[in-house]
Amino acid sequence: MIAEDAEPWVAGQLALALLAVDPAGLGGVVLRARASPVRDACLAGLPPPLDSVRRIAPGIADEQLYSGIDLAATLAMGRLIRSAGILARPATLMLCMAERCPPGLAARLGQALDQRAGHAVIALDEGAEPEERAPATLTDRLAFRLDLDGIRAADLAHLPLSEPDFAAARERLSSVIVPDEALVALTVTALRFGILSLRAPTMAAAAARAQAALMGRHTVADEDLQIAVQLVYAHRATITPADDNQPDTPEPPPPDDQPEPQSDDNSGPSPDALAELLIAAAHAVLPPGLDAALQGAKAAAGAKGAGGAGGKRVNRQRGRPLPARPGRISAAEKIDLIATLRAAAPWQPIRRRTQGCDADRLLIRPGDVHIRRFEERSDRVVIFVVDASGSAAMARLAEAKGAVELMLADAYARRDQVALIAFRKDGADLMLPPTRSLVQTKRRLAGLPGGGGTPLAAGLMAGHDLAQRVARQGQSPALAILTDGRACVPFPPRTGRAAATEDAEKTARLIAATGTPVALLDTGNRPTPALRDLAMTMGGHYVPLPRADSAGLTRAVETALAR
Amino acid sequence: MKQAFPFSAIVGQDAMKRAMILTAVDPGIGGVLVFGDRGTGKSTAVRALAALLPPIEVIAGSPTNAATPEDQPDWAPALPDERRIVPTPVIDLPLGATEDRVVGALDIERALTRGEKAFEPGLLARANRGYLYIDEVNLLEDHIVDLLLDVAQSGENVVEREGLSIRHDARFVLVGSGNPEEGELRPQLLDRFGLSVEVSTPEAIDERIEVIRRRAAFDADPKAFAARWSGEEMRIRDDILSARARLTTVDAPDSALRDCAELCVALGSDGLRGELTLLRTAKALAAFEGTDCVSRAHLRAVAPMALSHRLRRDPLDEAGSSQRVSRTVADVFA
Repeated sequence: MIAEDAEPWVAGQLALALLAVDPAGLGGVVLRARASPVRDACLAGLPPPLDSVRRIAPGIADEQLYSGIDLAATLAMGRLIRSAGILARPATLMLCMAERCPPGLAARLGQALDQRAGHAVIALDEGAEPEERAPATLTDRLAFRLDLDGIRAADLAHLPLSEPDFAAARERLSSVIVPDEALVALTVTALRFGILSLRAPTMAAAAARAQAALMGRHTVADEDLQIAVQLVYAHRATITPADDNQPDTPEPPPPDDQPEPQSDDNSGPSPDALAELLIAAAHAVLPPGLDAALQGAKAAAGAKGAGGAGGKRVNRQRGRPLPARPGRISAAEKIDLIATLRAAAPWQPIRRRTQGCDADRLLIRPGDVHIRRFEERSDRVVIFVVDASGSAAMARLAEAKGAVELMLADAYARRDQVALIAFRKDGADLMLPPTRSLVQTKRRLAGLPGGGGTPLAAGLMAGHDLAQRVARQGQSPALAILTDGRACVPFPPRTGRAAATEDAEKTARLIAATGTPVALLDTGNRPTPALRDLAMTMGGHYVPLPRADSAGLTRAVETALAR
Repeated sequence: MKQAFPFSAIVGQDAMKRAMILTAVDPGIGGVLVFGDRGTGKSTAVRALAALLPPIEVIAGSPTNAATPEDQPDWAPALPDERRIVPTPVIDLPLGATEDRVVGALDIERALTRGEKAFEPGLLARANRGYLYIDEVNLLEDHIVDLLLDVAQSGENVVEREGLSIRHDARFVLVGSGNPEEGELRPQLLDRFGLSVEVSTPEAIDERIEVIRRRAAFDADPKAFAARWSGEEMRIRDDILSARARLTTVDAPDSALRDCAELCVALGSDGLRGELTLLRTAKALAAFEGTDCVSRAHLRAVAPMALSHRLRRDPLDEAGSSQRVSRTVADVFA
């Protein structure tokens, strides 16, 4: 992008201009950039209806978003004063640090956007890593996405549009006609780029309409569609239409039980010329390294699953009280009564004097209110899934036992827990539920039998189930899998080595979907490529450990699962 | 209120639409769970349902939408017996809603300004006799889920907190939607939903185009679009009303009961809730279709949505559980 510095960067200003014309139809913009002069310049000249900006932070309380009691005013006036919520009036909601937006807020903003009351959201995504991004619930409802990476403030184009232009465009908007073939072309194009959500074509149509209105047209023209497609589709593309025929690239897993619909396009009647034109247009602005982006999206999906507002985040089991801090009374917080009184105490004489009331009344102002806080830290549970089959048992089982004991001693210091699952013959057994007890562990480990086939899939499934259960209790699971490879027992009733490998891979994909950290330790005499692939499938680390001893195992697990 | 997208104008997604209509016919079925990809019209359908449902009669100003003065909770201020027709409430439960917003809590405003101990009703009170909609239900905090289950089951909200001891009616239909990629739902919660449907993005290009076409027409002029579909909307509403009237007279012969039981045994669903819901849903469908006897065709039509979420989880069966149900139905009814 830097290479094109002769040409000013229009996309950003254009997207904002279109948003100003039709905020309800387009939803908003994801602006991915760190706080920088470019970002400021980009947002400086917001066109008229967008310029009533309300900044909101990811931690915003419901009372502020919807209406709430204005506590200070209520106390001062002695009657109920309500403050108007931010969502009460149409405004541009500037969401700072959108990458940290919790799912609850995303859902609420999405709901506000769905009501089409004229809100627009500008999500400032400051994520440093590709996995750090605003929640998809929100971004799916925002038409545009701008990435300011590598763009200088001087490159920003200035659109010669003034307030009357926007007013006229808005006036014209409802009368702009979108021809039917344009809708067809937009839909076909979306499908060719692998965009399954139907919100995308809807928003592209809205963008084209806004662009036509801005240009003073009454019917959407081809160039409006091109611009719309470039702005709306380019960042949503999950495939490039060119590599339709070579699906050997590591493709993201298609959404559940839904075959990729591209095949109809190849064999069926080719979409009309307009669609081809649009595809060419969007193709021109596809982000470079789409594959990498797709990998990022996949990782983010995994991370999302792990970071949901389940029991995982709120873990007050280990909650350590932190010093109270001043704050507002809200439904989500708890008042620290002692701290509040302590804060109010020194002021009592002065307040009594100024308010002229008797000495036995306690005068508390909203500013005195202190809120209780806890530090939340979740326990880690390291789940060892150990291959106790005949091939592995002889040499490795003893080492695995030793490693678990060492880990446990270590865990005792770091408050981690350890669980042990062994798989052999035709199934997997939970040898040791999550525990910190050294004595119990040693006793159970001593009784661990060995021998039989390798039901790798059953072992993985047991590990997965336990990880899910642990996660539901608000702890963070991590899987350490020790095996020498060759899966040879599938889930019953199937038999055969091929079925066993297939089942193991399916289960691995299941684990990957949960985003649980995984370390796969290859205990075979020489590294097995199949196991490395399996570890990749699970999104985990692969550690080949020919001739590992207990200390080596512990170190490897520590490194691989390090947070 | 903004004009909602008409329910009847939603393209395809027949299973979802049918499930929602059936819970409107018989709220006792116990809620719908809609799982599917983003941008498949889940939220649109639920919000469209609000406009479609027949209005209810309530006492003006009642916090729990009470129909008669007897239903009015005792903690609520005395109101004159003045009836008013209001649309069926559809209450959104936002994620991250705190417990006291859901169940209600001490009215802090009155406590502060007047020093009175009063109850401020929560979302459950407002959802009484209507629908409670939870978007992204799979991301909801566990303790709120437990609470909802408890209330949905008993039809009564009991509040014991902050020195308050309050109870009020909370009979509502839970509608949950979510995206399975973002997290699974606990099996305990799954089972409590009466029906579950899986929605997916339409794959047929013509269907997709039709979706966009209607959406564009709606965006261009919501009022005109709604007017164009109002005939269809009224027809569905009338069908729902007449189905409600017919519901008590629908007969379920012993053979249908046997079919239900055999089906559930063959599928190995836990508990008896499967049979009960299956029968109830089949009755609602029979009433909606204007017949007065449950037939195998009805059972076959509703079995996937009534049973697919009650199966033992088999994550390796990529065919999806509704296909498993259909297969078993074909076997049992052969």
